[in-house]
Amino acid sequence: MGQKTALYEKHQQMNAKLVGFGGWEMPINYGSQVEEHHKVRTDAGMFDVSHMTVVDVTGADSKEYLRYLLANDVVQLQQQGKALYSGMLNEMGGVVDDLIVYLMTDPDVAGEWFRVVVNCATREKDLRWMADHTAKFDGVALTERPELSMVAIQGPNALAKVESILSESRVKLIDGLKPFQGVESEGWFFARTGYTGEDGLEVMVPEEYVADFWQALFDADVTPCGLGARDTLRLEAGMNLYGLDMDEKVSPLAANMGWTVAWEPADRDFIGRSALEKQRAAGVQEKMVGLVLENRGVLRSHQKVVINGEEAGEITSGTFSPTLGCSIAMARVSADVADTCHVDMRGKLVEVKVVKPSFVRNGEKVFS
Amino acid sequence: MSDIPSDLKYVASHEWIRDEGDGVVAIGVTDHAQDLLGDVVFVELPDVGADFAVGDDIGVVESVKAASDIYAPLSGQIVAVNEELEDSPELVNSDPYGDGWFIKIRLSEASETAGLLDADGYAELCEAES
Repeated sequence: MGQKTALYEKHQQMNAKLVGFGGWEMPINYGSQVEEHHKVRTDAGMFDVSHMTVVDVTGADSKEYLRYLLANDVVQLQQQGKALYSGMLNEMGGVVDDLIVYLMTDPDVAGEWFRVVVNCATREKDLRWMADHTAKFDGVALTERPELSMVAIQGPNALAKVESILSESRVKLIDGLKPFQGVESEGWFFARTGYTGEDGLEVMVPEEYVADFWQALFDADVTPCGLGARDTLRLEAGMNLYGLDMDEKVSPLAANMGWTVAWEPADRDFIGRSALEKQRAAGVQEKMVGLVLENRGVLRSHQKVVINGEEAGEITSGTFSPTLGCSIAMARVSADVADTCHVDMRGKLVEVKVVKPSFVRNGEKVFS
Repeated sequence: MSDIPSDLKYVASHEWIRDEGDGVVAIGVTDHAQDLLGDVVFVELPDVGADFAVGDDIGVVESVKAASDIYAPLSGQIVAVNEELEDSPELVNSDPYGDGWFIKIRLSEASETAGLLDADGYAELCEAES
C-alpha cells in the first residue's frame, strides 16, 4: 500500500478508483475520466495533488542559489507571489525535473524566499540534487512542507466557485491575482496556476483543513477529478509530463522547453548552460511536435513516427482527446518534419497531421 | 463487486455470451472488463459475413487507457455487429450486457459452448485475478 494523502477518506467516500502512483494511493477517476475532463473544460473540477513535493528555499543567498540551480531565471520574479516554470538540468543539459517556483516575499524587502513545487515520482532524486548544490551559497536552507495538502480547482467557473466558499477577505486576495501569481493567507497559499489549460487555482492547505475544504467545494458543485482526467487535460494543453515527454537524457531544447531557458544575461552560470550552448551552436536535431489523428484509433506512448518511410522519432505521450473527439499526441521527431507524417500503430502505418504541441486552451481548439 | 448476470455464459478473456436461439449468440465484454478498460472511446468490429474460429482476433476496443484485442470466444460467422458503438462507444461502459453488445455469431461448432463458464465460474475467475 502506498502513502495516503489527507483526502484519502474523502476519495473513498466519493467512490474513487484508487491506483498506485509514485508511491501514493491516488484517485485515477471517480467513475468516468471523460466526464471529469468535460467538467473541467466547461465548468469546474478539483484534483487532489497533495502528492506533489513542496520545498521552501530560504536564506540570504536563496535567489543566487536558484539562479544557478534552474535554467529559467528567478530574477524575472519581480512581484510577491509571482510564479515561474523552469527545468532543473544536469551538467549534460538533461532535465532532472520540471517545477514551479514562487517568490514568497516582497522583492524590495531583505530576506526574500521562494517556494518550489516538484514532481512526486522524482522527490528523492530532486531533494538530493537540490541539497547537493547548496554548499556554495550562504545560509541556503531547504525545508520540505509535507504538512501542506494541495488541491487544484480548474475550469471556467473554478474561481467563482472557490470564492463562493471563502471569507470576504480571502475573496479579495483571489480577485487581485493575475495568472501565474499566488498569495499567502494565514498558512494557506492560493495560486492562479494549473496543469489543464483552463483558468483556476492551485491551493496549498494545511492538511488538517483540507477535508473540509474539499467537502465545501463538492457542496459548491465542483466535480472531483482523478489523475486520468488530469493527464488528458494536460496533454490537450500541450503541457509536458516528466518521465514521458522528457527526462534526464532529454534536452529542454528537444522537449518544447526552449522558452523556459533564460539565456540572458549571458554571464549567469546555471547548471547545464554550457551543454545547452553547445547544442544550440550545433543545431538541435530533434523537436517536439503535436500529432493529430483524424481517423479512428488512439496514439500511444512509444509508438514509432515514420517520415518518408524511415523511422524518425517516437510518441512521448498519446491519448484520446475528449474535447476534440480524436486522438492527439506529443512526439519527439527529427527537426525537418513536414506537416504530415506516419505513425506505426500496432503494425499499421497511419497518417497523422503535424501541429504545434498545443491542442486546446480555455475550452477551444487552438490548431488549424 | 462487478455485475455478473446469471443467465449468461462467459470466457476467461472477459467476454459474455448470450444464447439468442437458432444457433445464434450475442457477444460483448463484461462489467468487470469495462471497469478495467476505463472509458471506451473506439470499438473496431469485423464485417458481417466474416468467419472466425475460436481465439481469432475479431476487433479492438480502445479506451482512454489502452488498446485491447477482442478474441472470438466461439467459432462461427458474424451475422450482426452493433453499429451504435461507432458513435456511442460509451455504451460499453454504461450498459455492457445490453446496448453495449458487440457482435452476433451463427455458431459453426455448437459443441464448443460446453466449455463456457457459468456466472459462478466467471465470478471465481475474477476473484482469483484480483
